[in-house]
Amino acid sequence: MTDIQDLEEKPVVRKLRAWDSQAGTEVREFRGELTIVVPREHLRRAAEFLRGDPELQFTFLADLTGVDRFPIEPRFELNYHLLSLARRERVRLKVRVSGDDPVVESVTAVWPTANWHEREVFDLFGVRFEGHPDLRRILMPEDWEGHPLRKDYPVEGYR
Amino acid sequence: MTTTVNTVTGAAETMVLNMGPQHPSTHGVLRVVLELDGETVLKARPEIGYLHTGIEKSCEAKTYSQAITLTDRLDYVAPLSNNLCYCLAVEKLLGLEVPKRAQYIRVLLTELTRIGSHLVWLGTHAIDLGAMSVFLYCFREREELMKIFELVSGQRMMTSYFRIGGLALEPPPGWVQHIERFVKMFPSRIGEYERLLTQNRIWLARTKGIGVLTADDAIALGVSGPTLRSTGVAYDVRKFFPYSSYDEFEFDVPTCTEGDCYARYLLRVAEMRESLKIVRQAMQKIPSEGPIRTEAPGIIPPEREKMKTEMEALIYHFKIYTEGFSPPPGEVYQAIESPRGELGFYVASDGSPKPWRVKVRAPSFINLQALPKLVEGRLIADVVTCIGTIDIILGEVDR
Repeated sequence: MTDIQDLEEKPVVRKLRAWDSQAGTEVREFRGELTIVVPREHLRRAAEFLRGDPELQFTFLADLTGVDRFPIEPRFELNYHLLSLARRERVRLKVRVSGDDPVVESVTAVWPTANWHEREVFDLFGVRFEGHPDLRRILMPEDWEGHPLRKDYPVEGYR
Repeated sequence: MTTTVNTVTGAAETMVLNMGPQHPSTHGVLRVVLELDGETVLKARPEIGYLHTGIEKSCEAKTYSQAITLTDRLDYVAPLSNNLCYCLAVEKLLGLEVPKRAQYIRVLLTELTRIGSHLVWLGTHAIDLGAMSVFLYCFREREELMKIFELVSGQRMMTSYFRIGGLALEPPPGWVQHIERFVKMFPSRIGEYERLLTQNRIWLARTKGIGVLTADDAIALGVSGPTLRSTGVAYDVRKFFPYSSYDEFEFDVPTCTEGDCYARYLLRVAEMRESLKIVRQAMQKIPSEGPIRTEAPGIIPPEREKMKTEMEALIYHFKIYTEGFSPPPGEVYQAIESPRGELGFYVASDGSPKPWRVKVRAPSFINLQALPKLVEGRLIADVVTCIGTIDIILGEVDR
């Protein structure tokens, strides 16, 4: 674990804080990986900023991972793994979403690759993405009931 | 499964055609919904999920070591790449360092895997476009690689040879000679494929200028691997974020700027030569003796001999194989350069012996999203070329 002061000095954190002090509520480092927790209402704007900033250039969305922390609330975590090819740097944006209202703004307009990623999270976790052009199930059949990667969904499925 | 298709507005008379999921050139169970005007593709929409087996969900019900066998079944043409990436992710979570000898053997075998995977790609891509003999040649050489994998791990395909902290077993005596024989034979064989294809007029007509992707589009769509490098972006995880001692090896990352199917063919052939370079260096580097597993009591199984003489070793062995080990709570994302692009594993731990969440960033899944960009406005015959050229493995797409 690095000192919290060192983390604040990192260009990504520094620039994000300077741009909007509300955008990153928590900064962490584990095994050399930087995680910034972003409030859900700031996600879309923060994504645009990180992608468009000429110094940071997080143009590549490598992955979007949903995690269900059930029974902890807010139960859903969305991890956006960003990559800056210019800086050879990765950062993880984490957004927490409650189980009662699992909606978050889509980032498909920022990174078109998010299209299938968001469909996958919708399919397997039931988190909805506002502004997604085509939010349908992607891996499970269209008439499937439930969202298999939720922790309260049994491994064997419903029988 | 029912699907509704939105036809492109303004198109006078179009036809909707399902290509797959049983079409031979879709390399498995991919279905592409095509909207056609005559033979021209107006709109293409890949539909996936036919091979979804819930691997990520299954991982949550297994211990960290047991989940390795599931990773084989993702990209079944390059199982060792998946093993490597998953093991690296768990090792990162645990903060383990793997002995150099095991690291070099891992590099050697994953590079052979890359060659094997590119051979399967080249063979099947060629047969899609009507070049039967290339297919037979490629599978002849791949068979040699399969023999090497079987020799080392006991399995041809579902190897599970890399384990958390090192390797499953010591490679058998004489294994290096087998690889030497392959390394000596293979360069002339690449020449054979190139003689059959590189200047072949039919091959050129079917691939040159077909399925063009620009660098900006590729990055926006998250495309990686040879498909990204064919647009001129030299992103290779082995160079950008070296793992498993790749920074000690000398090799080039070939790129092209054309971004078409022919460029991707040239690139993958060049990559086979680069992999061969790495294999040669690895053979020099691998010490003939030394540990193949790191020492971490309670996490890595002890040596067989120790179990017969030491009480602790016996207890650890029992505990590791009954309840597993518990990494500290946390989350990691580990990426490697698989034959198809950036393969990533996100592993989250809650401090119990089973992973809380395992997510696979499958390069095929993401690269497939670029298919409509490649084929829209082109002929049906080009769809076959374009599916082939992005080199998808449905096991990895659907997981």
